[in-house]
Amino acid sequence: MSIISRGFRRRRVADAPPDRVPPGQYVIRDFPVLSAGPTPHTPLEQWDFSIVGAIDEPRRWTWEEFRALPSQEVTRDIHCVTKWSKLDTVWQGVSVDTLLDGVDTSAEYVVQYSDGGYTTNLPLEDITGGKAWVAFAYDGEPLHSEHGGPARMLVPHLYFWKSAKWVRGLRLQTWDEPGFWETNGYHNYGDPWREQRYWGD
Amino acid sequence: MDALMLDGNAVAGLLQEVFAVEVTTAIATCATCGAADAVGATHVYRGAGFVLRCPYCDNTLVKIVRSDERVWIDLSGIRTLEVAI
Amino acid sequence: MAGTAVLGRLTWQAAQVVDVVVETRHVKTITFDVPDWRGHRAGQHVDIRLTAEDGYQAERSYSIASAPDGSRLELTVVRIDDGEVSPYLTDELQRGDQIELRGPIGGYFVWEPSQGGPLLLVAGGSGIAPLMAMIRLRATAGSDAQTRLLFSSRSSDDIIYRNELDQLNGGGLQVVHALTDGQPPGWTGYARRVDAEMLAEVGPSPAERPRTYVCGPTPFVEAVAEALVRLGHNPRTIKTERFGPTGG
Repeated sequence: MSIISRGFRRRRVADAPPDRVPPGQYVIRDFPVLSAGPTPHTPLEQWDFSIVGAIDEPRRWTWEEFRALPSQEVTRDIHCVTKWSKLDTVWQGVSVDTLLDGVDTSAEYVVQYSDGGYTTNLPLEDITGGKAWVAFAYDGEPLHSEHGGPARMLVPHLYFWKSAKWVRGLRLQTWDEPGFWETNGYHNYGDPWREQRYWGD
Repeated sequence: MDALMLDGNAVAGLLQEVFAVEVTTAIATCATCGAADAVGATHVYRGAGFVLRCPYCDNTLVKIVRSDERVWIDLSGIRTLEVAI
Repeated sequence: MAGTAVLGRLTWQAAQVVDVVVETRHVKTITFDVPDWRGHRAGQHVDIRLTAEDGYQAERSYSIASAPDGSRLELTVVRIDDGEVSPYLTDELQRGDQIELRGPIGGYFVWEPSQGGPLLLVAGGSGIAPLMAMIRLRATAGSDAQTRLLFSSRSSDDIIYRNELDQLNGGGLQVVHALTDGQPPGWTGYARRVDAEMLAEVGPSPAERPRTYVCGPTPFVEAVAEALVRLGHNPRTIKTERFGPTGG
């Protein structure tokens, strides 16, 4: 039984319509920087984005080629498993549907992989059909390196650890391969609306 | 270096909660590069969970995820842990 | 007690506020009484936990700033404006209030008089807290370990424990201040950020093989540790405690 500290309250959180806030989350206005490792600093001349694995032919885009692809402005709520949510975040990114256009695959799963070694896994259907982007701008500015720039994944319907920062590619697979956090306690799928934070949830 | 990075001390309480041993003075041998140093000297990052990285090669030594009732600890990045008894 | 690795699992204990003292405009020291406190070593910290009436909990770590003193321990807290815990600790807590804490924690960033010196202590802002525990323990233990403290603060009004450090200066302890944000008239300390040149002047030299403890915001600790290594100090003799980006 914990001791209540007189007068202590959680920091004032932003008000939000309850139907926008998944169970166990609270809404904030700032944008915490969370990272599993040091911030990578890949120069844009060396940066590329690839789609590899169970496909007809690997795809690869240099930064110029990537930025020449059609992109969209996307406004979404994001939910971190550490319990904060941020509403109406505005991104600019290339839809994964654009990147997978014309790709022939029997894969059912995807692994996002990043500079620094981070990985996260999802079913392929969770990054297609308008559900995911490779984002290069946030709030009207080029994505800062501390938030995953030059480019990160944006998969807002799942907890935000499923949106890899510093992403360098997608590996399409016929089998599911739990990633960095999924192998150590975090839920394999991560739906915030079913509060799937941990193994067994 | 990242401004957010901490040392092994930052997770000492969390680890002692589980292991009942003072962990920061234990010597961890990195499974990737073989360097050995105190857990207190590791580089600690806070993402969805905690990550302890080798201060020599930056590879992951330990991952820690914590819910209200359980802690998951991946020690596979440590080849050997040496603890005084 | 020293040298025992098996300590048992940490548990949360009740801690009662017995005193609150203003150190500087943003900093207070809170003295807690913890029944059954088994003592601590200089440099160790505690985790504190605050529980709100609705069950919400927040945890933070604070270095113990006091030398061992029975069931008493002191935490020095910097008030971060948009923080969740520090404004509560500095603005709300009064004598008689209770929080929970567990500890003492840490065996890596500690100094005991039996280890002797020479000691080089480098503090950035609130990073002085665990080093002050070492300095205070050194005094009460009557240690003659040669000790140099290089203490970086913003302005002279921001120097935590200033009077006490002035009094302890001497008898083998040398206190050197650096101010980064402006100096009062007649200031004789350093008037810039800690750098390699300053560290070389304050010494001791690598040849004297000092034990070094560096504490403060992460960028400060990084810069100092790197400078010391470039000056020739053995990295394994340098222990660091990083407080994160703000150091608060």
